[in-house]
Amino acid sequence: MSKFKKKKGGEIPAVNTAALPDIVFMLLFFFMVATVMRQNSLKIENNLPFADQVEKLDKKDLVMYIYAGKPSENYKQMGTEAKIQLDDSFADVKDIAGFIAEQRASKREELIPFLTTALKVDSDANMGLIGDIKQELRKVNALKINYTTKKGSVIGN
Amino acid sequence: MAKRAAPEVNAGSMADIAFLLLIFFLVTTTIETDSGINRKLPPIEDQSEPPVIKQKNIFTVLLNGKDQLLVEDEIMEIKDLRQAAIDFLDNGGDGSCSFCNGKKNPDLSDNPTKAIISLKNERETTYKTYIAVQNELVAAYNVLRDARSQELYGMPFSEMEANHKDVNWPGNKVKLKEKIEKIKLDYPQKLSEVQ
Repeated sequence: MSKFKKKKGGEIPAVNTAALPDIVFMLLFFFMVATVMRQNSLKIENNLPFADQVEKLDKKDLVMYIYAGKPSENYKQMGTEAKIQLDDSFADVKDIAGFIAEQRASKREELIPFLTTALKVDSDANMGLIGDIKQELRKVNALKINYTTKKGSVIGN
Repeated sequence: MAKRAAPEVNAGSMADIAFLLLIFFLVTTTIETDSGINRKLPPIEDQSEPPVIKQKNIFTVLLNGKDQLLVEDEIMEIKDLRQAAIDFLDNGGDGSCSFCNGKKNPDLSDNPTKAIISLKNERETTYKTYIAVQNELVAAYNVLRDARSQELYGMPFSEMEANHKDVNWPGNKVKLKEKIEKIKLDYPQKLSEVQ
């Protein structure tokens, strides 16, 4: 009788990998959705300080970014003093007025009062530079500012 | 003629393609920080004479070039600054403030609406210390506003503000705005920076 014939071979069947692409696609979509493309490539060190009383900046299109910090490794020839970066290039304090005017011109007129200037400044920069930036912003009447910080305890600074 | 089945496409390398894209996005992703401390700069105007303010209503915070902190002529650590600011603001020295819980110290402020915190820093002060001090001073205001709001409306101030920003919040926003304004009037944020 062959009814109870022994099954041939005791090998383990291969793992079915048909669902692997699905899993990978899931991850892929997550990263595609979560990614924010950087607007500016940084030429400076930008290690933001920590603070815990933070408010979120909503309305991304109404934010003007001013970066400041020491020139990074690739731009050593610019010196070791903290510098300002506007858009993609190094700038001087006096260029800020022009930058703000340019940003304002690119927005609709009724939105101009809601523009916020986000200061992304390296934690090791000194306040002299920031004082100059603030003075310049006051001159062009861009009074809403935001010190961009990471979320965390100030003791970690 | 027999119907021929369409040959199946080999999807074995689909995973590889997906991995390639995945790795590209993994590498290029930078999680941007988009939160921070909001401040308003004072407009430039030529004030002929500054208003007279009683010395006891001013809380001076000095930050020197070596990142040392001098509060009301005494050296202080950053971790003690929050409590010191709260004590100053919530003092209620002349009894005109009905909701203050302070010690009514005659050397500190009369009323939260009159109290001014004055922050002065030098050019050599580092940014991180400045942010730490700003953070602590804002925190002092937030603690007081939260307490006041809890007492009046049974809800912390920060929660009310979050609700006001939330588009999906079901309650009455006009009323909420009134409540927020009331709290802001009780504890106005008067933080002046010396240039």
